[in-house]
Amino acid sequence: MSTAQHIWTVIGVLFVLLNIAAGLIWVERRLLALWQDRLGPNRAGPLGLLIVLADTLKLFFKEDWIPPFASKAIFVVAPAIVAGTVLISFVIIPFAPNIVVADLNIGLLFFLAMSSIGVYSIVLGGWASNNKYSLLGALRGASQMIAYEVFMGLSLMGVVMLSGSFNLGAIVEAQRDLWFVVTQPVGFLVFFIAGVAETHRLPFDIPEAESELIAGFHAEYSGMKFGMFFIGEYLGITLISAMTVTLFFGGWLGPSFLPPLVWFILKTFFFIGVFILLRASLPRPRYDQLIEYGWKVLLPLVLANLMITGAVALYLKDS
Amino acid sequence: MHDSKSILLHLRTTFGEDGVYEQKTIDQIPTVWVSKNNIIAVATYLKTFYPLLYDLCGVDERDRSRKNGLPSADFTVVYHFFSFDLNDFIRIKVGLHGEYPSIPSITSVYVNANWYEREAYDMFGITFEGHPHLTRILMPLTWKGHPLRKEHPARATEMGPYQLYDEKADIEMEALRFKPEEWGLKEHSDDADFMFLNIGPQHPGTHGVLRIILQLDGEDIVEAVPEIGFHHRGAEKMGERQSWHTYIPYTDRIDYLGGVMNNLAYLLAVEKLAGIEIPDRAKTIRVMLCELFRINSHLVWFGTFAQDLGQLSPVFYMFTDREKIFDIIEAVCGGRMHPNWFRIGGVAQDLPNGWDKLVRDFVNYFPKQLREYDKMVMRNSLFKARTRGIGIYTREEAIEWGVTGAGLRACGYEWDFRKKRPYSGYENFDFEIPIAHNGDCYDRAVVRVEEMRQSLRIVEQCLNNMPEGLYKADHPLTTPPIKKYTMQDIETLITHFLNVSWGPVIPPGEAMSCIEATKGANSYYLVSDGNTASYRTRIRTPSFAHLQMVPYIGKGYTVADLLSILGSVDYVLADIDR
Repeated sequence: MSTAQHIWTVIGVLFVLLNIAAGLIWVERRLLALWQDRLGPNRAGPLGLLIVLADTLKLFFKEDWIPPFASKAIFVVAPAIVAGTVLISFVIIPFAPNIVVADLNIGLLFFLAMSSIGVYSIVLGGWASNNKYSLLGALRGASQMIAYEVFMGLSLMGVVMLSGSFNLGAIVEAQRDLWFVVTQPVGFLVFFIAGVAETHRLPFDIPEAESELIAGFHAEYSGMKFGMFFIGEYLGITLISAMTVTLFFGGWLGPSFLPPLVWFILKTFFFIGVFILLRASLPRPRYDQLIEYGWKVLLPLVLANLMITGAVALYLKDS
Repeated sequence: MHDSKSILLHLRTTFGEDGVYEQKTIDQIPTVWVSKNNIIAVATYLKTFYPLLYDLCGVDERDRSRKNGLPSADFTVVYHFFSFDLNDFIRIKVGLHGEYPSIPSITSVYVNANWYEREAYDMFGITFEGHPHLTRILMPLTWKGHPLRKEHPARATEMGPYQLYDEKADIEMEALRFKPEEWGLKEHSDDADFMFLNIGPQHPGTHGVLRIILQLDGEDIVEAVPEIGFHHRGAEKMGERQSWHTYIPYTDRIDYLGGVMNNLAYLLAVEKLAGIEIPDRAKTIRVMLCELFRINSHLVWFGTFAQDLGQLSPVFYMFTDREKIFDIIEAVCGGRMHPNWFRIGGVAQDLPNGWDKLVRDFVNYFPKQLREYDKMVMRNSLFKARTRGIGIYTREEAIEWGVTGAGLRACGYEWDFRKKRPYSGYENFDFEIPIAHNGDCYDRAVVRVEEMRQSLRIVEQCLNNMPEGLYKADHPLTTPPIKKYTMQDIETLITHFLNVSWGPVIPPGEAMSCIEATKGANSYYLVSDGNTASYRTRIRTPSFAHLQMVPYIGKGYTVADLLSILGSVDYVLADIDR
C-alpha cells in the first residue's frame, strides 16, 4: 500500500470507530429498552438517533472540572490512556482483506500488550481522584484486570497453535475451511468472558459497581474526561467483539453475496448485541467470587485446553 | 404454665403493692406501673416470658387531663414487651418526676432498647443511666430542645424564619463529621489501618437518605454505624396537632410503600378507643386493599433488591406489574401510593362498579409473572451466590433484636400477626405462613416471594366472597360523620357540624393496635385525653428495629455483601425516621 492509501485507511478507521463508539450510546439504550419493556430514547431525531449528538454536545459543554484534592496531571492523563490504548489496538484488526492499518506479524501480542496498558487508566484514575470509593474501584479493577489478562492470553494460544501465526490476517485465512470456534470452543468462551471482564461491563463491572461504589474509579470525573472513559468503554466492547470475530468466527470470511467488510461488521455487531444482552440479564458477582472464578475455574480450563490443543496439533503434524 | 395474671401476681409479691399499679386499658393489654428503681429487675424477670422488646417510648404527661386516677408523673416511659408463647403483650409504665428526669437503661437486658432509649432521650430529654451511647438519633446533633415535649413548638411558624448563615452552615457541617473515637472505634489495629467509608446519605444502594459509616479493613466490614433521622418529619408530633381524622393522610406516608396498610394500623387503635364495630364489608375491602399493597411493596423490594445485586432488568418488569396494581387502587381510591382511603369506622366510599373485573384480571395475570421472576431472579446462580449464606441470623438473635415479619419467618419461625392475633377479619381467610430456615438474604427473599402468592390468594378470596352491607359503621364517631338526618333534626345538624369542623372527640383511654405490615409488625399506640386530637401518638415501625440490627449482622462481610443485606432487610427510610 502507498503512503496515501495508508493515511486514508487510518483516517477512515478512526472516523468509523469514533462514530461507532458514539452510536453505541443509542444502540445500547434502545436495545436495553427493548429488553426491559421500555421505549428508550425516541425523541431527538428519527428513532431518537440524535440522542448521540445531544449526549456528545452535553459532554463537551460541561464544565471541565478537576477536584481540588485530586493529583491534577495523573487525573487528566488517566482517561486518555483508556481511549488511546483501545484505539491503538484497532491497528492490527483486519477489517477486510486489504483494510488493515498495520499488518503486524505479532498482532495478537500487540493486542494483549495494549489491553495491559489500558489497566493503568483505571488504577491511575481511581488513585488520582483521591476519593475512597474511587480507590476501592481502582483496587478492584487492578486485581480483576490482571487476573483476567492471564486467561485472555492463554485462551488465545490454542488459536495461535492451530494457525501457526500471531498475525491476525493469517489467523483469519486459517479459518477458511472451519471457524476456530468449532475447534476451540473453550478458548472462545474463556476469551469472551475475559473480554467482558477487560471492558468491565456488567456482570463484571465490579470496579464501578453502581449500587455499591456509586461509580467506582470514575466517580470524580465529569464532562469530556468522563466522556473519554465512556468512549473507552464502548470502543472496548467494539474491540473485544471485533477480536472475537477475527479469532473465532472467521473475521471477514463469509458467503460471497456480501462483501467481506460487511460480513465483518455484521458479525461484530452481533457480539456487541451479546454484550448488551449480558448487561440486561445478569446480576453482578462479588469481587472475590469473580477472582475466585477466574483462578479456580477458568485457569485450569484454559490450561487443559492448551495441552489438549497442543497434543492434537502435534499428532496431526506427525501423521 | 404462666399467664399474664400469674406474672402480675409475681410482680406484686416481689415488688410490693406500692410499687406496682395495674391500669385498665381499653385494648386489654395488661398494663402495669412500676417504680423507676425496679425497672431493671422487672425487665430481667419479664424477659423469660416476654423475650421481645416490642416498643419503648416516652410520654409527656404534664398537660394530660382526665387521667382517671393514674399515678402522678411528669413523664412516663412506656415499654411494650411481647411474648410469643403467651401470644400477648404486656405494657410496663414507669412514672418519672422532674423537668429532665432520668431512669436506668435496660440495654443490659434487652439489647434493642438501645435505639429506642436514644429516641426517647432525643424526643423528651429523658436520660437513661447506663446507656452505652446516649446521643440524639432522629434530630440533628445541633438541635435545641426535645421535640415531643409539650412546650416544644409544633409548627414552623412558631419558630421564626429559618436562616442558614455561613457560620451556622459550618457548625452543621462539623456536626456531621464522623468522629470514630466517639463510637469507640480505633483508626488502626496492630497490623492494619482502617478506612472509614461513608455510605450515604446520598448513595444509590441505601434506598433513601440513610447514612452508614463503615470501618473497613480492606473491603471487610469491621464495624458499621448507621446514622438515621434524615427523613424525620415529626409524624408523631403532628399526631398531637391533627384531629383524629385529619391525621390519616400522614399515616400513609410512614411506610410509603404500604399505602393504606398504615391507615389500618392507626385506625384499629382509634376504633378500639372509640369502640366502633366495623361492618364485614368494610373489613373485607380493607383486607383486599392491604394485600394489594403488600404485593405492591414486595414488588418494589424484589426489583430493587435484584438491582442492588447488579441485575438491571427485573425492576422494570416488576414496576410494570406494580403499575397494574396501581390501576386497581386508582379505580377504587382515586389515589395511588398514598390513597388516604380508610376512615374511622370503615372506608371512604363503596367499591366502584366493575372493580371485580379489574381485580380478577390481575389475579389471573399475576401468577404467570411470579413464575417468570422465579426463573429470572430466584433461580439465577449469580443471584444465589450473592445472597446465600450472607447476613445470617438465628431465630433467637432475631427476637433479641426485635425483628418481625419476613425477617423472622426466614429463620424458621412461623409467626404472622394476621394468623396469630387476627384483626380486621383475617381469621376468615385461608392462607399459609411461608417460612424458610437459614435466615440468610436468600431465605428472606424466598419468604417474601411466597408471601406475594399468599396475598394473591387472599385477594382472590376477597373477590369471591365480598360481603354485602355497609362500607362504614353506623356510629356517631365515624368520619366523615353520618349526614342522613342533618336536614331534619337540629341536634344531628350540630353534631354533624362539630364532627366535621373539629373532628370527632375520641373517649379518653389508651390503645395499641398491631398489624402485620409489609415489613413486619406495625403499631400505633394512642393516648387520648378526650379531645379532638390524640394526646400522644406513638408509631412503632418494623424498619426501625430491623435497621438497628444491620451492624450486628453486617460485621465481617464485605461492602458488596452489605448491599445484599440492606436489600434483603427491606426497610423504608420514612418508616425508620417517621
